Amino acid sequence: MTSPAIHVEDLVKRFGPIVAVDGVSFQVEQGETVALLGANGAGKTTTISMLLGLLLPSSGSIEILGSDMTRRPSQVLQRINFSSPYVDLPRRLTVQQNLVFFARLYGVTDVRARLAELARDLELEGLWRKRTGQLSAGQKTRVSLAKAMVNRPQVLLLDEPTASLDPDTADWLRGYLESYQAETGAAILLASHNMAEVERLARRVLMLRLGRVVDEGTPSHLLQRYGRASLEDVFLEIARQGARPGEGTAA
Amino acid sequence: MSDLAVANSGGASRRIGAVVLRHLYLLRTSWPRIFELMYWPTIQMVLWGFITLFLLQHSSLIAQATGVLISAVLLWDVLFRGQLGFSLSFLEEIWSRNLANLAVSPLTPGEFLSALMVLSLLRTLIGVLPAAGLAILFYEVSIFEMGLPLLAFFTCLLVMGWAIGMAVCALILRVGQGAESVAWLAIFLIAPVSAIYYPVDVLPAVLQWIAWTLPTAPTFEGMRALLMEGVFRGDLLLHALVLNAAYLVVGCGLFLWSYRVARARGLILQVGE
Repeated sequence: MTSPAIHVEDLVKRFGPIVAVDGVSFQVEQGETVALLGANGAGKTTTISMLLGLLLPSSGSIEILGSDMTRRPSQVLQRINFSSPYVDLPRRLTVQQNLVFFARLYGVTDVRARLAELARDLELEGLWRKRTGQLSAGQKTRVSLAKAMVNRPQVLLLDEPTASLDPDTADWLRGYLESYQAETGAAILLASHNMAEVERLARRVLMLRLGRVVDEGTPSHLLQRYGRASLEDVFLEIARQGARPGEGTAA
Repeated sequence: MSDLAVANSGGASRRIGAVVLRHLYLLRTSWPRIFELMYWPTIQMVLWGFITLFLLQHSSLIAQATGVLISAVLLWDVLFRGQLGFSLSFLEEIWSRNLANLAVSPLTPGEFLSALMVLSLLRTLIGVLPAAGLAILFYEVSIFEMGLPLLAFFTCLLVMGWAIGMAVCALILRVGQGAESVAWLAIFLIAPVSAIYYPVDVLPAVLQWIAWTLPTAPTFEGMRALLMEGVFRGDLLLHALVLNAAYLVVGCGLFLWSYRVARARGLILQVGE
């Protein structure tokens, strides 16, 4: 039996008196896409930051691909990656220089072949010698995604991957993620405010509120349970009122 | 599939090399950065060269060893450039908002420190070697005539520069980018008691005691003993090496502790703001 891609148990993060993440537990299987949904301040980015080792948990455990993230971060981080529009790549370096740097950092053996593959798949050939600081928002997102894919991650953490993208580019990017997952069997954990994106990509949704998982299920299951026509309506109900009493898996 | 693409062994040197390469890309495309590295050591050397020429005519002490002031200036720049090279390489990651990318990569904090040390060495050589060459051309003073002891002095001062650089970076991680001016100022705190241009025994007793707790004072005393008396003082070198090891351990400890606190408090993403 293979271990889950991500296994989080009773995760807590406190900043002084503020509890940003309050006993979150969940699991993401290999080949599965799970979305974290919640209003601003619900704890999505804090949870992802702890999965990446950017933040130390106050308590709880994180296992990624069977390894303890807090004890063996370097070993885990070599097999996972992330993309966020809120984290820049060095702006004075060209796209090529940035990708060579990250490929070497992640220990990619055949850098040239891997970069050629990424340039083709993510349509980066024309941007190769451009400085990253000169790129448009859409181009930056593609380069950032190339960086996230450089080591062929088995676990991909995405924080609002299509924020600031036009609908056409966003649709193209979702298609790319779907084909990558179909090809590699990677697990994807997605934090997003874009409900259409979540409905298309995620097999399961975790609803966060005030640092807790207040409900979870497949998108269709949640729509049925809350008697709503769209995930956005479910999101609004949970964000404004909390989960229905007696429903949901955690609180 | 990813197991095929990703190397698991010998990764540390590869990751350190990647960080060094990223900075070489930056230096290669930015002539102001290269110019800045060479500017101060050269200006300092020219200035002290003329002071030396003047003192030669008025001081029998300087006449005994014409290169002593210029050598002191160049070695002082090894310490200064070593510290600045370490701190600025770290700050480059903050300015380019790349620290978070490094923090979530397989690069360990120890490997990051190693990369910063390599970069500091490269920046120091880029800054000091042209000035040392010009000293030969302008004043017929070659620090290379010191021979192997020069390597020992260079190493002692560079390592002390790293230790101070680590403490400066630890401070920046704790209090944010507002502390970056410390990167330029920190080294001058120890300059008066480092016996760069004058011997330790001209200092008041309390400052003499402080001077001997720093590796810089025995290093510069050793340089003067070599240039003025033609004697290599192994005792002074040992003194400097022991202190260097202690300061390096303290510097490393401060950086790693500060890095851990930054991860606990979520400061890594905010440090550039």
